[in-house]
This record gives sequence, structure tokens and C-alpha cells, in this order.
Amino acid sequence: MAEQLPALILLAPLFGALLVGLAGPRDRRVCFPVVLGALAVSLCSAVGVLVRVLAGGPVDYFVGGWSEPLGIGIQLRVDTLNGLVLVVIAVVFVLVGVFSIRRAGEENTEKSPQYYTLFLLLAVGVFGMTVTGDAFNLYVLVEVSSLTGYALIAMGSSPRGTVAAFNYVVMGTIGASFYLLGVGYLYMATGALNMAQIHEIVATTGAGGSRTVLVAFILILAGLWTKMAFFPLHGWLPNAYGYCPSTSSSVLAPLVTKVYIYVMIRVMLGVFGAEWIFEHVGWTNIVVWLATVAILAGSLLALAQTEVRKMLCYLIVAEVGYMVGGAWLANRWGMAGAVYHIVADALMTLCLFLAVNIIVKRTGRLRMDAFDGLFRKMPLTMAGFAVGALAMIGIPPTAGFFSKWYLLRGGIESGHFEYVAALLLSSLVNAVLFFRLFERAFFGGNPAGGHHPDRTAAESGPTQQGWVGDSTLLGGEARASTLGPLLAAAALVVAVGLLNGPIVSAILRYFENMPVLGAP
Amino acid sequence: MDFLRTSVIPHFNYWIYVILMMIGLWAMIGKNNLIKKLIGMSIFQTAIILFYVSIGVKTGADIPIPAHHAHHDEAAAGAGAREEEDKLDPDAFANPLPHVLMLTAIVVGVATLGVALAISQSIHKDFGTLEEDEILEKIKASTHDG
Repeated sequence: MAEQLPALILLAPLFGALLVGLAGPRDRRVCFPVVLGALAVSLCSAVGVLVRVLAGGPVDYFVGGWSEPLGIGIQLRVDTLNGLVLVVIAVVFVLVGVFSIRRAGEENTEKSPQYYTLFLLLAVGVFGMTVTGDAFNLYVLVEVSSLTGYALIAMGSSPRGTVAAFNYVVMGTIGASFYLLGVGYLYMATGALNMAQIHEIVATTGAGGSRTVLVAFILILAGLWTKMAFFPLHGWLPNAYGYCPSTSSSVLAPLVTKVYIYVMIRVMLGVFGAEWIFEHVGWTNIVVWLATVAILAGSLLALAQTEVRKMLCYLIVAEVGYMVGGAWLANRWGMAGAVYHIVADALMTLCLFLAVNIIVKRTGRLRMDAFDGLFRKMPLTMAGFAVGALAMIGIPPTAGFFSKWYLLRGGIESGHFEYVAALLLSSLVNAVLFFRLFERAFFGGNPAGGHHPDRTAAESGPTQQGWVGDSTLLGGEARASTLGPLLAAAALVVAVGLLNGPIVSAILRYFENMPVLGAP
Repeated sequence: MDFLRTSVIPHFNYWIYVILMMIGLWAMIGKNNLIKKLIGMSIFQTAIILFYVSIGVKTGADIPIPAHHAHHDEAAAGAGAREEEDKLDPDAFANPLPHVLMLTAIVVGVATLGVALAISQSIHKDFGTLEEDEILEKIKASTHDG
């Protein structure tokens, strides 16, 4: 049983999706237990695999027992790097699953079984991208997760969301196609599709010097950068995540870009190899500058937004810059920081999106004024939001502080001070953004002051749909099924921050045999 | 002329796929009508399929199916026939792997097109048009009202 765990991570949500798709339309009550059960199996398998990996090294799994010599088997491979990412993905899916118990039915009135089917299929795609050890299989799973992502975004009632989904389809297809083309060139040069085999051929034979491999690398990188919304290829992201249903954005925003960062790191280290990338190709300076521009552009564009959710979307663009830059510093602290930041950023983005989605729903407003006086009205929701925001700014003991610490250390050790400066500046911009919201939440919309008589009347009245029929235990607080995941995510942001030592040392051990990343 | 003889003619399949890809890319970016964009997307994906199919081809090679009797022997005699099959000359057969991969890519392309068409149908329901500039104008107008 234990050796089947890597496959079980994928199979549980796949069969769950089939079950929900078939039985869900007849009886809606089936959906939620199946979704949570399937994701719980994935979570347990992911944790089990990670424990095995930490104890005994990488775990290989050949689907159907078609092992390497034939070269046609699909390999699943779990090591420290993707073991961590798998656990985080599973945690995010479980939390968003709980978050969507009642939300999914409200937002997709007739379509909640379809929503859950797509939700589980997205889990299959994202888990698969993380766990696969085969370059072409990765393309298929990229498309599985992208297609479900397009549908999840287009499900909402907002016409702007639908238009954004269309643009995302076009951009996403261009990105995935470039990746596919790159894999084709790689196959021409090496005759292999298995990542480990390609790596061996590129590293040991003369194939690494060929121009075909270089073209393959450029195409793959261009494709992945489009998919992860690396500035200036970020055009599809803000509207797609800003105008889609809250249940969809809560799962897509924390995961999708981060998983592509992981895929980029996997392609860099596991397919082409660190030596080939940093010594043979050696574009470190250019890419770190691109990342610097991405960080600054994302932060400045976030500053220009008036809607809270879109502001968070531009912050994601900036965060993608952090991680791409960290991975390209050619320094083990930068690389470890990038991997740790995948974990940290997934959790803090989840935290912020859950909080903002709760707040937007309760107040019915998309703009900053939604936050007026919220510390008084929804103290727990705001506490969760505050933890996410402090992590985004980088204040200890949240995970955001430690990931920035490692990224900065990598930047300083490798002498990329432009990246260090951009990181610090972006933290300052985040501080401005979030303290502006905190100020509103503490002091804004004071009913006694009577600054906004019309607004306070609308808030106190029962006309707002969200306020009716909720648990009234905590007054204005959100219902437990949405608040619980938010507080759990906030607790995890702090927990991952406190556990940064063991996590980062496990990641660093992974880079031990890559001398190009610097001596330990 | 020399360029034509040394680079274009021996590699004409790559030139064709690149030209097709650029046509598709141009349609996706430059066309105003959403359906035309999707046609461009299909051309773009088909160009990549053409690329993959052409890399599996070898001059003078046959379809990658061993003669019937060899196959039959394998079922009957097991390992002995497998050895015999190993003696088959790989150069005599086209490489089937890229073609098989493209079966998957075709399915993916169909699924993408289906999702994209469904989304454009929903856009048409919301905006009453499939012309991008008109849609953007309507979005602008609605945000100014709100």
C-alpha cells in the first residue's frame, strides 16, 4: 500500500470527480463528503510520501509497472522539493473545499455539482504537475489544470469574468503550446521524455552543447513564464482572478502561479540541470533583472488599484517576480528561499483571498471602503486578514518574513543588489497598501461620526443578503464554514514561519550535490 | 539562393510549421472577432502537431507495425519471439512515439476549443456581440455607470 501513495494522490480526486459528476446532479448532498473525502485521502498520501522521502530519499513510482528501460513508462517522482509542495497544495485544497460548502451552492446556483467536479479535476491537474517525472505528461497535466481553471473562472455571473476567462484561454494556450514545442525540440535532441533520462543525456553527452537544447529551453521557459504570469506576460491574471467567483479565486490564486514556479524550478534543476543552466547558458543577470522589473511593476500596479481583489492580483504578479528572481540567483539560499516562498506564498495568498472574499461578500463592496470599521464588526475575519497582510509585508514571526530573509540572503551573497533593493521596496509598498486598509478597518466608517450616513444605514439594515440567516453567535462575523479555513490558513502562515529552520534545511540538503549553487 | 538550397528545402517541414504558427499567433493577437481568434488558436496548435508528426518521419521507413506473423509468433512462443523482434531494424520503421503523443495533443486541442467556444457563447449572451472592441466599449460604459 505504502508504495502506491504517489499514485493515490492523483487517483483519489480523479475518482472523486467522476463520482461527483455522475451522482452529484441527482443528489447534491453527495458532493461535499466526496470532495472532502477525496482531498483528505490526497492530503494523507502526500504527508505519507513526504515522511517517506524525508526518511529514505526520493520515491519513484512507475505507472502500470512500465519501468525505465523501455522509455515509454510514465514516472511519478517525489523528493523533498515536490513533497513539500504536494502537502501545501493538499492543505489549500482541503481548506478551500471547506470554505466552499455553502458558497459553491450560492455562487453557482444550479451548478454546484459541476463546480465540485471541476474543483477535483483541478486538484488532479495541479497534483499531477507536481508529482510527474515525465516532460510530456507534464504538458497534459498542465492542460488538465488549465482547462478546469478556465471553466472555474468563466462559471461566475460577472460578464467581465467571462471576458477575462476568454483572454486567459488564449494566453494559456499560447503558453502551453510553447512548452509543448520545447518538449518536442528536447525530444529531437535527446530522444527521451523522462525528465531524469533527459537530464542524464544533457549532463553527460554532448547534447548539452547543441543549439536544439538551447531552443528547447527558451521555448519551455517562455511557455512557463506565460503560464505563471511573469511580468510582462501577466496580462491575463488580474481580471481573471479579480472577477471570478470567490470559491474559484480562493483556490486558483494561491496555487496556480506557485505550481508553475515549482515546475520552472523542476525543469531547471531536474531536466536541464543547474550546471547547464547557470554555467553553460548563464543568463542569470538578465533573468534577475527581469524579475526585478516584475517585482517593481507588480507592486506599483498594485498601488494604483482601487479594488481590493485586483490589488491582491497585482501583488501575486510581484510575488512571482520574487520567486523567479530567487530561483535564478544561482545561489543555494536564493533557490531555497524561492522553494520556501512557494509554500509561504501559497498559504498567505490563501489567507488574504479567503479574508477578502468573505469581506466583499459581507459588505457587498469591491473597493477599499469595504474595510471601513471592520475590526469592530468582524474581528476574527480581520485577524485572519491581518496575519496574511503582515506575512505579505514580511513581519516576523510569519512565513513571509523568513522567505524574504532567505531571498535577501541569496541576493546579497550572489551580489544582485538590484534584486535586494526591489524586494525591500516591494515590502514597503505592501506595508503602505495594507496599512491603508488597516487604518480604514480601525478608524473608518465610524457610525457616531456620521461621515457616511447612507452607507451605515445600508450596513445595519437587513437588506444585505449576506447578513441574513447566518450564525449570529459572533454578531457580524462570517459563518463558521468560511471563517474556519481562514483562521486555519492564518495559523499555518505562522506555523510555517516558526518551522522555517527545519523546512529550509531539508530544502538545502536537496541542493547538496549541486556545487554550482555554492558550497554549503 | 544558396540559403534556399541549404536551409529551406531540406527543412521545408519546419518552415511550414513556423509559418503556420505565425499565422495562428497573428490571428490570436491581431483579429478583433473572438471566433477568428479561436480559429487562429486552432491553426497554432495544428502547426505544433505538424511539427511533431514530421520529426517522427524517416526517409524510406515503413509504418511502425511489425509484419503479422512476427506478432503472432510472439504471442505463441514468448521470449524467443521477443528476441527475434529485437532484431528488427529500427531504421525501417517511422518513430511512432511523436505520433502517439500527438493523439493526446489533438484531444487537448479539441477540449480547449470546446471550452473556448462555450465561453464565447456565454460572452455573446452577456454582450450581444463577439467583436472585441465592442465588448471592451460595453465594459467601459458599465464601469462608468457603476
